[in-house]
Amino acid sequence: MTELDPDHTVAEPVSIPEPTVDGQKPDHPNLPPRMTDIPLTDASVLNAESILHVEEVNLWYGEKQALFDINLEVARHTVMALIGPSGCGKSTLLRCINRMNDLIGSVRIEGRIKVGQDDIYAPEVDVIELRKRMGMVFQKSNPFPKSIYENVAYGLRIQGIRERAVLDEAVERSLIASGLWDEVKDRLQESGLGLSGGQQQRLCIARALAIKPEVLLMDEPCSALDPLATSRIEELIFELKRDFTIVIVTHNMQQAARVSDFTAFFWMGKLIEVGLTEKLFTNPRVRMTEDYISGRFG
Amino acid sequence: MTRHFENELRDLKFSLLAMAGQVEEMIALTQQTLQERSNAKAERVSQLDKSVDESELRLDQACIDLLALRAPFASDLRLIASTLKIVPELERIGDHCCNIARRALILNLQQPVLKGDYLQRLGGDTHSMVRRAVDAFVNGDAALARAVIKDDDQVDALYVQIYSELLRGMLADPLCIERSSHLIIVIKNWERIADQATNIAEEVLFILEGVNVKHRYLQDPPQA
Repeated sequence: MTELDPDHTVAEPVSIPEPTVDGQKPDHPNLPPRMTDIPLTDASVLNAESILHVEEVNLWYGEKQALFDINLEVARHTVMALIGPSGCGKSTLLRCINRMNDLIGSVRIEGRIKVGQDDIYAPEVDVIELRKRMGMVFQKSNPFPKSIYENVAYGLRIQGIRERAVLDEAVERSLIASGLWDEVKDRLQESGLGLSGGQQQRLCIARALAIKPEVLLMDEPCSALDPLATSRIEELIFELKRDFTIVIVTHNMQQAARVSDFTAFFWMGKLIEVGLTEKLFTNPRVRMTEDYISGRFG
Repeated sequence: MTRHFENELRDLKFSLLAMAGQVEEMIALTQQTLQERSNAKAERVSQLDKSVDESELRLDQACIDLLALRAPFASDLRLIASTLKIVPELERIGDHCCNIARRALILNLQQPVLKGDYLQRLGGDTHSMVRRAVDAFVNGDAALARAVIKDDDQVDALYVQIYSELLRGMLADPLCIERSSHLIIVIKNWERIADQATNIAEEVLFILEGVNVKHRYLQDPPQA
């Protein structure tokens, strides 16, 4: 059988050869691959190098330990879903990745989190520079009370970029990437707050993309959206992983199953199981994962 | 924690068991039809088949509804997916019983052609495979499911043995060709039922362990 490229679709009707005497259809070079030839997960996902390394991370809020010995690798151009019940530590871990926990005085962190080769908790790291490599999208869309254009350009402006052409290009590119461009291109100067909930969330994604981050962190980005807006964001996640690496926290198991390549299940601050999404949701190895994803928890 | 969904899954399992019970009754009646040369029991087999067909439609719909409405994961998903595959196996077993019973009606008019207890053994072994495959499902017994899969070879061997016996008989006495050819169809149907019991046992292993044990030769290619 000829090698097929990942985007291969059969454009023209193919002539299906007549069954042979024993009723078996012979392989035909123009036939689409058989089901057994198509793993749900692209092989490139399995071979991709890690861009984000979480190593032995422990975290305390004051006296209370919230993360225990977390080890997690996130491969480049994949989507990693973090799931688990409320308070399991998944959002805490997400916030560790762009050092947002620094803002909380009583937090103590041990272990290493590396983006590429760089330990983001190394003392010499410039947190502002670090956050340029991380885009963050929150549960509730939080556009600034500014125009659509200024919302997207914001990250670049605080980097001191003033050239109109550079800003225009970034705004257009980011809005196209977030799927919002066609809806707002004629009203870029209107307030971002005038958009619908789903549009506001896509505006926030565009704002995060404008600074060309390496990793996009999403904390329940669809939990306040209706199913249609949710499905737009999910489609968008699928598109975005071509250029970015995405870590998404979600309470919606179906969403984790739909959008992610890998899923990590957390419970009480511990990483219980991590694996290929299709495996984890059909045949998890750990009983606790099974109970959680099938709603038997507690 | 009791969940509404838990009850729905339990109902699904019960309905599948009820269907399996009907099919087992058909198998027992089919054995008796041959052994006792009873036309009345053959009639009863085809009556039961209608109710098995109805069960198939009901269970198909129930599985589709659960998949659509509950979006199950993990073992729940495997249970429903496997039910969707076990149901047609059971229904086919019912059809094979009808085929055997139909041939029995013809054979009952004539002198028996096979000596010994070949037919009883074939029916008995096959029935045992179906019963144990269903038991493995009910009790979540993976070892039993594996034993059923293994026993299929025995039934196949018995089938080949009876087939040769019939062939020998036909060569020796052309007058028994008609009866023997009906019997060949009978034993082929028993052999198919044993295959179907094997398929059910394979589904049981998938539900319990999440491993697909079918077509092993494709999954463990011989070392080069």
